[in-house]
Amino acid sequence: MYKYDQYDQQMVDTRVAEFRDQVRRRIDGHLTEDQFRPLRLQNGLYLQLHAYMLRVAIPYGTLNSQQMTMLGDIADKYDRGYGHFTTRQNIQYNWIKLEETPDLLADLASVEMHAIQTSGNCIRNISSDQFAGAAADELVDPRPYAELLRQWSSFHPEFLTLPRKFKFAVIASETDRAAMKLHDIGIKMVRNAAGEVGAQFYVGGGMGRTPMIAPMIREFVPLDQLITYSEACLRVYNRYGRRDNKYKARIKILVHELGAQEYTRQVEEEFAHLLDQGIEPPIAELERIKEHFADPAFEADAPDDLDLSDPDFRLWAQRNCHAHKQPGYISATVSLKPVGGIPGDASADQIRLMAQLAKQYSFDELRVTHVQNIVFPHVRKADLYEVWKTLDDAGLGTANLDTVGDIIACPGLDYCSLANARSIPLAQKISERFGSAEKQSELGELKLKISGCINACGHHHAGHIGILGVDRKGVENYQLLLGGSEGADTSLGQITGPGFDEDGIVDAVDKATKVYLANKHGEERFLDTYRRIGMAPFKEALYD
Amino acid sequence: MTDVQFRFREDDAVNDPAVTVDAFLDQSNATAVRIEPGDDARALIPHLERLSLIEVNFPAWTDGRGFSSARVLREAGFSGELRAVGDVVIDMLSQLRRCGFDAFAPDRSLNESEARTAFERWEDVYQATGDGRIPIWGKRHG
Repeated sequence: MYKYDQYDQQMVDTRVAEFRDQVRRRIDGHLTEDQFRPLRLQNGLYLQLHAYMLRVAIPYGTLNSQQMTMLGDIADKYDRGYGHFTTRQNIQYNWIKLEETPDLLADLASVEMHAIQTSGNCIRNISSDQFAGAAADELVDPRPYAELLRQWSSFHPEFLTLPRKFKFAVIASETDRAAMKLHDIGIKMVRNAAGEVGAQFYVGGGMGRTPMIAPMIREFVPLDQLITYSEACLRVYNRYGRRDNKYKARIKILVHELGAQEYTRQVEEEFAHLLDQGIEPPIAELERIKEHFADPAFEADAPDDLDLSDPDFRLWAQRNCHAHKQPGYISATVSLKPVGGIPGDASADQIRLMAQLAKQYSFDELRVTHVQNIVFPHVRKADLYEVWKTLDDAGLGTANLDTVGDIIACPGLDYCSLANARSIPLAQKISERFGSAEKQSELGELKLKISGCINACGHHHAGHIGILGVDRKGVENYQLLLGGSEGADTSLGQITGPGFDEDGIVDAVDKATKVYLANKHGEERFLDTYRRIGMAPFKEALYD
Repeated sequence: MTDVQFRFREDDAVNDPAVTVDAFLDQSNATAVRIEPGDDARALIPHLERLSLIEVNFPAWTDGRGFSSARVLREAGFSGELRAVGDVVIDMLSQLRRCGFDAFAPDRSLNESEARTAFERWEDVYQATGDGRIPIWGKRHG
């Protein structure tokens, strides 16, 4: 994985010093809260309902055991012993003291980490496929391109005060595991007819109040024009994105209002101009970065079979593991969704344990997924049983990946100052109601996602089953959506009808799954059945 | 007119009154113009030769359109004074410099030493922005 050189380290250290100054000026009273707010946001520091929340960047979701250990230590030292992994492949701490944040950032910098641009109206942490560099189905490892973009977007002087936040995702396989088309810019690495690798650009996707699937605006951007093309996309947005209404300020609205064709025309014009400006790093820089992502030293003759005689292990291995490109290896996902747990939460001890396992069994590497789980990307199949045993003993052996128990939920009204409704207690109830191994196995792949408000941090639009918490005359109310997907077949969920109260929504989910079970053909997933039979039978069951 | 508090140019101070973009395009023999966030900086490109000063107004520093305006003008070859005016705060100074601004006239005067620290904060930079600084990738690959 990527290792900082003196320059990268110095950039992060400089930012810590700058933020230390800004915090001092705030505490001295030289900065008002209004003046300080955009500054702290550019360092991932939010003021929530009860305390400051700090979001730490985990670029493209990749980290090593030393970094993971530090995340555990920070949970103990600055928080209440927990960290919360997020849908941006980041981690958040919910109980932070303003005056301690400069020291916290210095601790992060000591292991090549930071909280730069994890919030604010700027280019955010770039997300990617959690199986990058390991997946059997990828064209190339997408992370070198994400790292090139990370450096370009960090402190980019023209793009720190955009109309609104801006999120990139980079993938390189047909199976989209990063919800690429639901990003401001989604990039898919592709090969053209001449056999060259390049970047396909999708611009203007997003969730939030106005969910949109990004249209493709450029089929192929050569690798030596990647930064220039990105800069052109951003400049058109910075100049013309709406600033009169923050709910209409994302690039998806600009692309929608101009039309994809006109937006593309403007980007191409800007791009043609920028090509002469010398802003593109040389290909040698991309090559330098690529070397950091070389394959680890896989054993060429690692045994390729698994002893599945332990039934609990078999269930976990079949549910939570993913095919690896190297025979004898497998990628294993640690579910942070135990029955009745808080999705994405891990204790400091659990975080350190995962770090230790990664060091011992996964070439010192971990990944965070946008579904709020942790991945050991490169585990020898021969070691998998031992890994699972250790996880299971620590309460981390839940076998529910991509099932109804593997819920995405935002922090909701328990923490978030924007929320209208609680998400976490609802996720807990649903996971308890449907958490049994039998139920999960009966329902198969079923992605359930909960947002506590219209901003959609819990990705409810993209859930096979989505739940949106709203405020109805001062009472929490939950709307049900069906048919969303964030994969290669991205679609947006449709609202079933009037909302439900907290218990009612759990019953509604139950009813929806019963309609599925009564109608499914063969091995059909919930989503496939819904797409085939449509909304009507579900509505009938829900509202009669 | 607010005073210029910081200036990074050798030539004489420009004191011409700046007119709006519309007024400038309508007439004019003015040699100084002020761009508002909604103005298209490209409209000035045919006239850069006779402009000695372009002010870019930041009514609120969190509206970042002025950064793009500055780069558009510098990329088009404007070599006169590019002055940031309005809600110019310490924390955006180095960013403004990188986009081509070489004069600063904040509405509220800035603390001198904090401003100097801000201008000199970043020893290195990740991007090429036409400000003459060699980006980190340039140093890595000589």
